Amino acid sequence: MPILEVKNLTVRYGNLTVVDNISFSLEQGSWLMIIGPNGAGKSTIAKAITQGVNYTGQVLWEGMDIKQMKPTEIAKRIGVLTQSHLMGYSFTVEEVVRLGRYSYAPSIFSPKDDQDVERVEDALEKTGLIELRNQSVLTLSGGELQRTFLAQIFAQDPLLLLLDEPTNHLDLLYQKQVLSLIQDWIRTTGRSVISVVHDLSLAKIYGTDALLINKGRQVAAGEIEKVLTRENLHTVYAMDVNDWMCSLLSQWQD
Amino acid sequence: MTRSQESFRPRDFLLFGMTTVAVFALCVCVGSVSIPLKDTARLIWNSIWGLPVPEGISNSIILSVRLPRVICVALVGASLSICGGAMQGLLKNPLADGSTLGVSSGASLGAVIAIAFNITIPSLPFAGTMVMAILFAFISLMLILSLAYRLDYSLSTNTIILIGVIYSMFVSATMSLVITFAQDKLKHITFWTMGSLQGSSYENALVLLGALILFGGVILSRARELNAFAIGEDNARHIGVNVKGVKLTILITVSALIGVCVSIGGTIAFVGLVTPHMVRMIVGPNHRRLLPASIFAGAIFLMLADLLARILFNPLELPIGVVTSFIGSFVFVIIFYRSRQVQ
Repeated sequence: MPILEVKNLTVRYGNLTVVDNISFSLEQGSWLMIIGPNGAGKSTIAKAITQGVNYTGQVLWEGMDIKQMKPTEIAKRIGVLTQSHLMGYSFTVEEVVRLGRYSYAPSIFSPKDDQDVERVEDALEKTGLIELRNQSVLTLSGGELQRTFLAQIFAQDPLLLLLDEPTNHLDLLYQKQVLSLIQDWIRTTGRSVISVVHDLSLAKIYGTDALLINKGRQVAAGEIEKVLTRENLHTVYAMDVNDWMCSLLSQWQD
Repeated sequence: MTRSQESFRPRDFLLFGMTTVAVFALCVCVGSVSIPLKDTARLIWNSIWGLPVPEGISNSIILSVRLPRVICVALVGASLSICGGAMQGLLKNPLADGSTLGVSSGASLGAVIAIAFNITIPSLPFAGTMVMAILFAFISLMLILSLAYRLDYSLSTNTIILIGVIYSMFVSATMSLVITFAQDKLKHITFWTMGSLQGSSYENALVLLGALILFGGVILSRARELNAFAIGEDNARHIGVNVKGVKLTILITVSALIGVCVSIGGTIAFVGLVTPHMVRMIVGPNHRRLLPASIFAGAIFLMLADLLARILFNPLELPIGVVTSFIGSFVFVIIFYRSRQVQ
């Protein structure tokens, strides 16, 4: 049974249909790339999965309708890393990471989870933030801030990680750092990932599955090789993507 | 204070509590008639335990005028301050406070109408203002929330701030209209809208204490959720916070607490805005420390402001809002200047 199943997902903003009848499913351990041009509805799909927008259709977690689940129950299953967090107040790195444990003891009366301390330490260590733990988040670089939120997710310990272009604004080195941390996490824990991506090369390197959309409509879904074909990409981007990528990347050969 | 400790520790309680008690003692002793601390303490001690109280004019000043007033001032300061801290976290906006939603303006309108048209409750001549203020606070909250829901079902932060601003403008226009028809009561109204706790009673103090314990308790219990909101509403949703539920809870409890404060002391500006900022500089932004510390700091700040209002131009008394606004605006400029330098 797939861990996540999306059936006939449709999102409307007023009269505008942003996501139109999308269906796909995700097996455990796979990395699904949601691909499409600007305004195709990629991020909206991600938002619908975490109940951030109203939608029709169904989002099922192991057969259960996510709409019926409590926010804490969703958070234990799905973690989200988005692009930018403009920080307002000077919380410390550790305070932000600790909040990842919220869903395990949401009320002030609920007993402390034994794993809290251990998970937080582990998350800080994995992301290389042990030395920055007491530093204010206002003083961090973009890459360090993104690693802080990744550590929060590691502390949250979800079964599925939803990435909404989290590395777009980062320098190449930080992009690689964040993505390899995620890749290691999948390898060691067998967790799954859904990414919203712009960069087709990154999609090809990390993805196992793909969902290709255009103007809110589904073009293809399934294994990434079968989705990112020359014909499919041509329909979506109105150009020969393969030739363009090859000519771009050939510039880098010594 | 180390930052890695999340909650408010006994040592912090002791520190903030003792400062509050010291300021309290100062404010009860000092005034148009200053009374030595020793006499004041003995007087209060004796009257609590029903021991014989020495006769004299100063005794009646302390017991029936100054003590209830200072207690009310402390409670109002504490309430305004915890509300400000909660709203600044909830809306992730350092310029928010308890009045952002517009409920406090609504409450003042109720009070102004009561003063202008002499609305009183037969057996309780002064309660008319208070009842009208609480009634209008409640009506305002219902109006603002239902309007916000219609415009934007998700109750986004921007919608809330915008509606608060619009509503406050509407109310201030209505208030000016009312005042036009009640020129003879202008002085009374102005004094009231600038806030004053002159003539507060022990009954007022009891109402304030009840409200602070009840609504303040609810706000304190949401400290962790407020931390998540202060980092970002999306982040709060992603870690499993019931975003809409918490938002409604905070908005309603803050409004209720502010409504009670306004009904007793009028609108006192800047306390809810400035104290959380000052406290944040000492204990950091974590609401598990910030909120309890704000309760103490708000009480201290407003007691000192009230003391100034009483003695600065003695025997003339200033509205307390004038003092808090003067001090608050200066402090605010300094805080912003310093935070810019840090960055």
